[in-house]
Amino acid sequence: MEQLLEILEGLHPEVDFELADDLIDAKIFDSFDIVTLVAEINAEFDVAIPAEELIPENFNSAEAIWELIQRLDEE
Amino acid sequence: MQITNLLEYLEQTVTEVPDKAAFCGEESTLTFRQVSCHSRRIGSFLANKGFYKKPVVVFMKKTPQALAAYFGVIYAGCFYVALDEEMPRHRIELIIQTVEAEAVICDETTAPMIRDYGYEGDVWLYQEAIAEEEDAACLAKIRDQQTDTDPVYAVFTSGSTGVPKGVLACHRSVIDYIENLSEVLGFDRDTVFGNQAPFYFDAALKEVIPTLKFGATTWIIPKSLFMFPIKLVEFLNEHRINTICWAASALTIVSSFKTFDKVKPEYVKRVVFVGEVFPIKQLNAWKEALPDALYVNLYGPTETTGVCCYYKVDREFALDETLPVGRPFHNTSILLLKEDNTPAETGEVGEICVRGTCLTLGYYNNPEKTRESFVQNPLNPMYPETIYRTGDLGKYNDRGELCYVSRKDYQIKHMGHRIELGEIEVVVNMHKGIRTNCCLFDDIKKKIVLYYVGDATRAEVAEFTKEKLPRYMFPNVITQLESMPYTANGKIDRVSLKNMYNEGK
Repeated sequence: MEQLLEILEGLHPEVDFELADDLIDAKIFDSFDIVTLVAEINAEFDVAIPAEELIPENFNSAEAIWELIQRLDEE
Repeated sequence: MQITNLLEYLEQTVTEVPDKAAFCGEESTLTFRQVSCHSRRIGSFLANKGFYKKPVVVFMKKTPQALAAYFGVIYAGCFYVALDEEMPRHRIELIIQTVEAEAVICDETTAPMIRDYGYEGDVWLYQEAIAEEEDAACLAKIRDQQTDTDPVYAVFTSGSTGVPKGVLACHRSVIDYIENLSEVLGFDRDTVFGNQAPFYFDAALKEVIPTLKFGATTWIIPKSLFMFPIKLVEFLNEHRINTICWAASALTIVSSFKTFDKVKPEYVKRVVFVGEVFPIKQLNAWKEALPDALYVNLYGPTETTGVCCYYKVDREFALDETLPVGRPFHNTSILLLKEDNTPAETGEVGEICVRGTCLTLGYYNNPEKTRESFVQNPLNPMYPETIYRTGDLGKYNDRGELCYVSRKDYQIKHMGHRIELGEIEVVVNMHKGIRTNCCLFDDIKKKIVLYYVGDATRAEVAEFTKEKLPRYMFPNVITQLESMPYTANGKIDRVSLKNMYNEGK
């Protein structure tokens, strides 16, 4: 989780990712962020996020992204 | 007879397919009859207010109505300046100042925002303008006075001094562009475009104007779909979109997530990429999913009206190769000039310079910058002949195809946009907690890297850039330094910063 927060903070230093739970709905993230994020998750955690997991619900909060990473890591 | 006004495309098409959908958005659709009716009314409205040959700002959401407003401005014999609610405040203010706008057309969403930008001229709602009765005699009189060298739009590009430059295009250059582009890409009445480019860039002309010319249809794709590729492809299928002219980064979003394993575009037969180098790996993924589609790489600066060169992908490329820029459109010519203004031979690098009807009129309200880039052809001392110096370096490969090499200056290509790193630096320096700063571009990871010295926190700097700059110009990596490295002659030492960055901060 620490590593993930670091990546997120790199994208948007002005956002408090421990609290934010509307990253997509509030238009904080856009497609550029999502692409960067997926690439960094792939590099840091060796987890490839497939297209069917690219849905708003998985990216609204750091918590949700973290759950996604863990779930994909187990598979 | 040859057409001399863009609106003639619409005027012909509306007699043939008046009730066909021209432009479709999330909330509404306009048929050709509606586009014609609305734009003629807006034209009459502006003309009756006394606007002629003036810039008219259209500040609306990305809707079919915004397009009708642009055409309305052209009917009035004026030229449009497109703004968008997602543009940052500072940029909107600069554009309004540069064009010295006296008239703005808004929608319900943007109308309350415009006064905050220090704008004091007239503001009208779209609904108000289309309530005006059409004044056919007045429109005919305006048309009679016009020539094809009259301006159509001003599109703003990044400027190194921090002030964006308004590139002014005329009817003739846009018609030349659309005729030749349509020939190469084979557009027709059955073409269904899926638009991605914002309307405030000339990139959107590729869909918008051929839609008028052929009686085709353009779907405006909601921006949020570019985050979620499966939904995006489903949208393409639902609306039977067969032609996509997108930024390479938008195409990459679809292919890099292996979207095609789940769902494939069923109708797409033309895939056109523009704005930056499209990685071969991604191109191959598209070709594997859609082997029968036409793939075309487009290249060209806004100053040459849209694009000036094209390459139809006709062979396989290795992963370490880059796609050629190809050859100029019909009626456009490329000069490759070396430092000493002599032509570059095959294999030699030179600056890509463009000649022909495609040249725009220059920068609005900026004769100085216009003179710097729109210059006399140095190979011709005998009569006036203007070429545009792109600042891009290129060379010819063994097949005689033009290839892009790099930029001459600090301008970069990022997310399909042309950016002057200097413009970001100027803006960051405006923050009171910043003493000095320097921007670099990481070519490999495609990141804008900002180094700064000052009391401001990284979060404050990020927040500040968000207010002042468009999304694609936000620094992706922000690092605070105790002191800035300088070269012997007192300039910021970009090389040592770059080394610092490569070594991991």
